[in-house]
Amino acid sequence: MCQVYLWNYPLYIRSVPTENELQFHYMLHTSLDVVDEKISAMGKALVDQRELYLGLLYPTEDYKVYGYVTNSKVKFVMVVDSSNTALRDNEIRSMFRKLHSSYTDVMCNPFYTPGDRIQSRAFDSMVTAMMIQVC
Amino acid sequence: METAAGGGCGSGPPLLLSEGEQQCYSELFARCAGAAGGGPGLGPPEAARAAPGAATAAAGPVADLFRASQLPAETLHQITELCGAKRVGYFGPTQFYVALKLIAAAQSGLPVRIESIKCELPLPRFVMSKTDAEIRFGNPAELHGTKVQIPYLITEKNTFKRMDDEDKQQETQSPTMSPLASPPSSPPHYQRVPLSHGYSKLRSSTEQMHPAPYEARQPLVQPEGPSSGGPGAKPPRHQASLIRSFSVERELQDNSSNYPDEPWRITEEQREYYVNQFRSLQPDPSSFISGSVAKNFFTKSKLSIPELSYIWELSDADCDGALTLPEFCAAFHLIVARKNGYPLPEGLPPTLQPEYLQAAFPKPKWECALFDSYSESMPANQQPRDLNRMEKLSIKDMADFPVPTQDVTGDDKQALKSATDEALPKDVSEDSATPKDSNSLKARPRSRSYSSTSIEEAMKRGEDPPTPPPRPQKTHSRASSLDLNKVFQPSVPASKSGLLPPPPALPPRPCPSQSEPASEAELHPQLSRAPSQAAEGSPTKKDIPYSQPPSKPIRRKFRPENQATENQEPSSTVGGPASVASVKPHPAVQKQSSKQKKAIQTAIRKNKEANAVLARLNSELQQQLKEVHQERIALENQLEQLRPVTVL
Repeated sequence: MCQVYLWNYPLYIRSVPTENELQFHYMLHTSLDVVDEKISAMGKALVDQRELYLGLLYPTEDYKVYGYVTNSKVKFVMVVDSSNTALRDNEIRSMFRKLHSSYTDVMCNPFYTPGDRIQSRAFDSMVTAMMIQVC
Repeated sequence: METAAGGGCGSGPPLLLSEGEQQCYSELFARCAGAAGGGPGLGPPEAARAAPGAATAAAGPVADLFRASQLPAETLHQITELCGAKRVGYFGPTQFYVALKLIAAAQSGLPVRIESIKCELPLPRFVMSKTDAEIRFGNPAELHGTKVQIPYLITEKNTFKRMDDEDKQQETQSPTMSPLASPPSSPPHYQRVPLSHGYSKLRSSTEQMHPAPYEARQPLVQPEGPSSGGPGAKPPRHQASLIRSFSVERELQDNSSNYPDEPWRITEEQREYYVNQFRSLQPDPSSFISGSVAKNFFTKSKLSIPELSYIWELSDADCDGALTLPEFCAAFHLIVARKNGYPLPEGLPPTLQPEYLQAAFPKPKWECALFDSYSESMPANQQPRDLNRMEKLSIKDMADFPVPTQDVTGDDKQALKSATDEALPKDVSEDSATPKDSNSLKARPRSRSYSSTSIEEAMKRGEDPPTPPPRPQKTHSRASSLDLNKVFQPSVPASKSGLLPPPPALPPRPCPSQSEPASEAELHPQLSRAPSQAAEGSPTKKDIPYSQPPSKPIRRKFRPENQATENQEPSSTVGGPASVASVKPHPAVQKQSSKQKKAIQTAIRKNKEANAVLARLNSELQQQLKEVHQERIALENQLEQLRPVTVL
């Protein structure tokens, strides 16, 4: 499950349909606080690609939450199943990179105004492919 | 039949149909029922009850028929209500007959009442040039671009009639729509029905479900202009039944299967139109249109933002936020298709891919195509061209004198005429070729010159020169004023050899023939008699601008030559063998220098010829451009003259 947030309201939410979807949403919202915390902690540090990836935000008993923030303060949050131990950090990074590049492609569209919900089909298909790959 | 009709009518009044009426009505009903082929959603279970073995008339053909009666929508509405079709939800035979009767009444000018049908009425008139079935399924051949234009305008009128400022939008819309309508004259051929499908889809998505079982207005299906004008005036709220759209959907599927890829293929005139639009936005055909400019332009097409966003996503292949010419054409084409009612594809169709578009249409705007091909061929030919330029420049640096170079090049031309004769006829034949070939032509001289350099290198590597032309050397050797030539021509191959792996000993004198040494011997003393310093100094001076290694062999050469000449002076016999001895290393080295010289001369000559060819081609193309401009002006004048006539 992943979400794209801008100024703390979701631009895009996609999840593998399971039960407890609402719980996912709740966790994602709470993880936003953690993201904000980390962003403010970075402070004057130079923002480069490496630091855009926030890493494991906090592990709960079942799930892991990963965060990624772009230069324009758009946050990507991903929740994955803890049982899915095959996912390594690099894979998560690469997934976030793909998300970021797809997001920039969406932004290039002059008909898309930042702040709208993302309705791009290309973006959708990319996210679907990614999620299928993981699950 | 009459009694059955009366009985089946139920609560309606009993119908009294005359023979003619009965015949006509039953025929019409059969036509409507048969044409539908059992419309979905229309076969109510009561159909069997309505008439034995008779199907119900589908709303589609019925609507067609009613519209063909050229009654206003209000009237038709009333008629359907009265005849009971609305109540029962379908057009059974009774309802149909009642409706027809009411139509006849209305056409006679009687008020639409049940009572009016009780009297004798003429047959209802239906303005139909073709049968319902034909109208239904469309006859592509009868549609022209102009006729389609009217439905387009009406479509737009109906789209915006619901809005308050309909007039303004009509005005703004019709200018934008009419240019869009006129170019795609090929898609409208098979688009009549899909158009109505798309239209009805749009309608159904945007409007509410209307209880009326027919569409009061379907101008697209009607082939006649004036009659479509009539229905076009009807208020839009009488439109859009889902039933209609269902039936049209089926037709669409039938028709679209016959034209699998056609909607996505750009025709010539479409392409030209798109390119003109591109030019209006961005004068340089080879650069981009920025996102904001494109957004403003495409927003004029009045498609919804999500759709425009999706079209952009499809057409901007490299996702850079700007549209190149093929991307722009693809986007424009998608917009046009969408306006005509085509659903947007899932992915960019192959005929709209930028590579395909660039490859498929090199000619129509060959000016921009030339740009493209220039930019393509330029990098490809850049390197050989640069190589040539380098060598040419170096040659020119070395041979810093206009006279000798001209002589050299002139001699080159004469000398290597045989070699380039083969090239010349090819060039001449290609000059008359189309502009498309001009690019390859331009590319070819360059490549030829490139290949010539490779030939030169091969020559230098020890092969004999193909045709050692005697004339140039003779002129070189004979004219005393060509002493300079002799002096400095050796420097030419010498420095040339400086570029390539030089043979160890380079003769500064280019005397390939054996008769040279004698005159050379004469000249040598002349040179040596001339202040040797000057003699050495001048060539060395000339050498200094050149690379250093060539100067050394020249100096070396001069010294042994001086020695040889000095040896020669005292005794011719001694000088003879000495000169012979000095001559012996000469021929071997002379061959190489002559090869180099010839190679350079070949290169120079070929480049000059290429230049001449290109200049010729350029002038011819300019002339063609002028002619095309004149044609265009003439055509525009004609258009201007014709235009006032049609408007009136």
